[in-house]
Amino acid sequence: MNIRLKLNGKVISEDIEPDLLLIDLVRKHGCKSVKRGCETANCGLCTVIMNGKPVLSCSVLAARADGQEVFTLEGLQNEASEFIDFIAQQGADQCGFCNPGFVMNTIALLRENPDPTDDEIRAFLSGNLCRCSGYEGQLRGIRNYLDSRKGGDI
Amino acid sequence: MITIKEYIKAESLEQAYELNQKKKNKIIGGMLWLKMGSGMIDTAIDLCGLGLDKTDETENEFIIGAMTTLRTLETHEGLNEYTNYAFKRAFENIVGVQFRNLATIGGSLWGRYGFSDVLTLLMSLDCSVELYKGGIVPIAQFASMKPDRDIIVRIIIKKVKGSFTYSDMRIQSTDFPVLNCAVSYFDEMWRCSVGARPHKAVLIKDENMILSEKPTAEQAEAFAKTVAEKVSFGSNMRGSAQYRKRLAEVLITRLLTGNGGSEQ
Amino acid sequence: MEKKDYRVVGKAIPKKDAHQLLLGKPVYTDDITPDDALVVKLLRSPHANAVVSEIKTDTAKKVPGVVDIFTWEDVPKNRFAIAGQTYPEPSPYDRLILDRHIRFVGEPVAIIAAENEKAALKAMKLIKVKYDVLEAVLDFRTSKDSHVLVHPEEDWFPPCQVGGDNKRNLAASGENHDGDVDAVLSDCDIVIEHTYHTKAFDQAMMETFRTYTELDRYGRLHVISSTQIVFHCRRILSNALGIPKNMIRVEKPRIGGGFGAKQTAVSEVYPAFVTMKTGRPAMIIFTREESHIAGSPRHEMEITLRLGADNDGTIRAIDLYTLSNTGAYGEHGPTTVGLSGHKSIPMYSGSLEAYRFSYDVVYSNTLAAGAYRGYGATQGIFAVESAVNELSEKLGIDPTEIRLKNMVREGMVMPSYYGETANACALDRCLEHCREMFEWEKKYPVRDMGNGKVRCAGVAMAMQGSGISNVDVGSATVKLTEDGGYILIIGAADMGTGCDTILAQMAAECLGCDVDKISVFGADTDASPYDSGSYASSTTYITGKAVENACEKLKKELCAIGAEIAGCPAEEMQFDEGEVVHLPTGKRIPLSDIAYKCQCFSERTAEATASHSSPVSPPPFMVGMVEIELDRLTGHVKIIDYMAVVDCGIPVNPALARIQAEGGIAQGIGHTLFENLSFMENGGLIEKDLMQYKIPTRLDVGKLKVEFEHSNEPTGPFGAKSIGEIVINTPAPALAHAIYRATGVWHRELPITPEKIAFGID
Repeated sequence: MNIRLKLNGKVISEDIEPDLLLIDLVRKHGCKSVKRGCETANCGLCTVIMNGKPVLSCSVLAARADGQEVFTLEGLQNEASEFIDFIAQQGADQCGFCNPGFVMNTIALLRENPDPTDDEIRAFLSGNLCRCSGYEGQLRGIRNYLDSRKGGDI
Repeated sequence: MITIKEYIKAESLEQAYELNQKKKNKIIGGMLWLKMGSGMIDTAIDLCGLGLDKTDETENEFIIGAMTTLRTLETHEGLNEYTNYAFKRAFENIVGVQFRNLATIGGSLWGRYGFSDVLTLLMSLDCSVELYKGGIVPIAQFASMKPDRDIIVRIIIKKVKGSFTYSDMRIQSTDFPVLNCAVSYFDEMWRCSVGARPHKAVLIKDENMILSEKPTAEQAEAFAKTVAEKVSFGSNMRGSAQYRKRLAEVLITRLLTGNGGSEQ
Repeated sequence: MEKKDYRVVGKAIPKKDAHQLLLGKPVYTDDITPDDALVVKLLRSPHANAVVSEIKTDTAKKVPGVVDIFTWEDVPKNRFAIAGQTYPEPSPYDRLILDRHIRFVGEPVAIIAAENEKAALKAMKLIKVKYDVLEAVLDFRTSKDSHVLVHPEEDWFPPCQVGGDNKRNLAASGENHDGDVDAVLSDCDIVIEHTYHTKAFDQAMMETFRTYTELDRYGRLHVISSTQIVFHCRRILSNALGIPKNMIRVEKPRIGGGFGAKQTAVSEVYPAFVTMKTGRPAMIIFTREESHIAGSPRHEMEITLRLGADNDGTIRAIDLYTLSNTGAYGEHGPTTVGLSGHKSIPMYSGSLEAYRFSYDVVYSNTLAAGAYRGYGATQGIFAVESAVNELSEKLGIDPTEIRLKNMVREGMVMPSYYGETANACALDRCLEHCREMFEWEKKYPVRDMGNGKVRCAGVAMAMQGSGISNVDVGSATVKLTEDGGYILIIGAADMGTGCDTILAQMAAECLGCDVDKISVFGADTDASPYDSGSYASSTTYITGKAVENACEKLKKELCAIGAEIAGCPAEEMQFDEGEVVHLPTGKRIPLSDIAYKCQCFSERTAEATASHSSPVSPPPFMVGMVEIELDRLTGHVKIIDYMAVVDCGIPVNPALARIQAEGGIAQGIGHTLFENLSFMENGGLIEKDLMQYKIPTRLDVGKLKVEFEHSNEPTGPFGAKSIGEIVINTPAPALAHAIYRATGVWHRELPITPEKIAFGID
């Protein structure tokens, strides 16, 4: 079947198998930031933003993305660049494999709630697993970014 | 890996229903459980084009389209105001935001899953399920029906004057619950649904009027004990039947006495 | 302690790859390899102990897209080990690429190579296998001298004598002691004696095992793999495939986490075999399920401990016996067990009069264990620290006081640690520091929070090593570029730990330049100087020193080149902040001149390589304290605060050291409270994916706070020791202690689930 969707602002058209998953479609189109960490919708590594909402691309049929707008980290480099330095300063990037999903969901969080509390950050990102960092450094990074936006000392 | 031969975005419920009469065809919900299977589907029937992803609030009820996501319901102001944030509490620990942005209320209910937080909460409300052919059936009746080839269209929650609260026990925060409970009071009756037993939720009413409108600690304990005795529990890797029975007593007592339930 | 002030070392510098990683650039194995490689899939056994009596692949081979299918009949017959260890490996040679004798549920039975995944999976269903199912030994406690032999084969071969005997299901056994432990124990006022049981845990690194292989432009086997051990991989592949080592090149791109899992060549042999057979590029990506059922998890251990003390709290003797389950194959079995005694008992060198450490490592028909951060020390420390906490509770002495009374201190000899001396040890300061930061006096008492909930605290100490003494080799090459920058080439593997950055910081410190001037390359067996690889907490300590040595060597070389330019003796030249100075005249030669000089009519190269090895393995030390809120009715444990103070010598990069500590603590919390690998009656794994094997989310770890106490390790680079592994060791005993405080029950088996806690109270 043929689908057309907007991927990172560009319209793509593709003949696909009906059981192709969105993660495999976007990776095929060069969006290698989208990672598969499990097969059970538990890890959050494959997070993309579809129609403005963060979703697990491992569980979306590519067919369902027909006519929709999908963003991967490849298409949100500028928005990510606003805060990733703060994560890097904590060394919380670590192995990096969970980073794209974490960064994407952080973007989604900050769009939805520009000034979250620590508990709101933890809750929103709870579906993003990370085995390296223990999460605290990611939180410090986001907190420092939010504080810097308010002009506070960090 | 699931194999799908054909994908059809249904243009009408009738078309979806017709297609769904074939055994090898399947309605797809959030795709979260479906895609983990290794089965073969001839035609995947998608309801996403039928406008069923909305929740309408009227003076007397909430009408929730079957394709509404759990995240939409979790953050729905009207539902949370009405249930004293039981919706938020019941849904917020289900895997993650990205998961709940996909999981649909219809899909969650259709599976009548044992671990379901959704079913446990809805059982405690004045709630019905609208089936395309089967019409409107009370949620408890729906839960006991065997899955057939019908389609969930909407969920209807009647606004009744009452109180609602929800609690669960999870070992790891976003895991399946070891047990979940919802307690409600309306029409002068206390109700308690218990799920993840690990079997699907059941509803127990306070028919013997153990509880007063504002239950005392003693009443709460007595009722919780009754529920724990009435309900059957099973064992799985997350907990034994004996442990679940204990949890049921503790969680129900706490919910009735205002400790540890859902709140803003 | 007096703190030396360095320019680059000791600074919290972002990782060199941070931007690439955080912006999701294609840097991992699956991102950088061609999409059209053959897909390699493995048909796995449903039986725990069986012999393949018949295997039919003809129908499966006819599936369109299937290129070939291989069985035990097709593979070389020489046994090898897949543990990434220095030759001669302590791990027995007990594997074949595919064995006719199947030893665990999930062991590969056939290798399928296909053009695409769908074809491979379809073919998998069509392979017909007949098994002679044998009785299996699934409980490792019944394995030693069982009539069921996991490895009855005659060609089972141990390259090292480690007390193994395949006819007794023993992968290793041994004993060592100091003093007369029985005599001292019988003279003690009190003896704590218990058995502690720790489970197999999965590393659950976010990137599962994966390997790409191809023939390069010379027809050599080129391997791109997510591995911590490129050089060991080359040897393992050579042994497995029977091809010369010079015909193999192994490189690793960025690695999505390892924690020891990728110190074993879990996935490499399968696509390599396919490429050698078909001549075509091949790729294997383990599913999460495969990563669990056939990965390389922690060794399950049962540790029986006798700890003798006097009523004043003096700990006098420890007698520790470890029974370790290496599973179906012996990877890391003989070595992990050693740490259960050698890296737990020495913490009490301050008072111990005698110790004995004995062990058996047994085979069983469960998945093979491997290396996991902590590597046996974690298991031993759970036992020893739990016993010390129990002693303190029995004697009514504050557990921090009892530790101060008995702990190893700087300058002490540690008889149970190969007689090494603790030349850098701030364990006492770690304890005082943590006690103050945590407010121990306030949090240790049990406080009733109402509604069945109590708050209280627990404590534990830990140690580890820094590299493997007398074994590990680290190396570094430093090359000058024409504009005065440097390329640092290493064989160690940054798996997210940040070692590329840390080693660059050391090089920048030595060379007097900014860290941005140092580019890091590695690891690649063709280009990198030999390095054992990144494991055993070795990279900062061993490879770091090699970097220091290489830089010193390079500076001398640059001075010699400068002397040629200036026409003077080399002794008159000195390296100074990116220039070479002629001391008598003060004339400065820029590095670019020196680099260009080497490129024109020169017999010198502006590069240097150095290796380093150490006769000692200086232990880092650590104290962890946890405050929990425990629900006595449900048994639920909520972590409020976890605080720790670490002595890793000098933290070369405090931000990265802190993240290592926080990450290790989080893993330890998971192991203690809910992670578990358990088996069904047929030997199949129950927790085979992340839906059932739950690792902590950010809602499960409480607030973490880590600080450092500096010590100065004389043999380490800039005084550094290690940090990577020790950090996983304190959560289990500290949490078990806090849970005892809340409930009055000691839990000696992990994980300590809410159900165990709730019913323990009754």
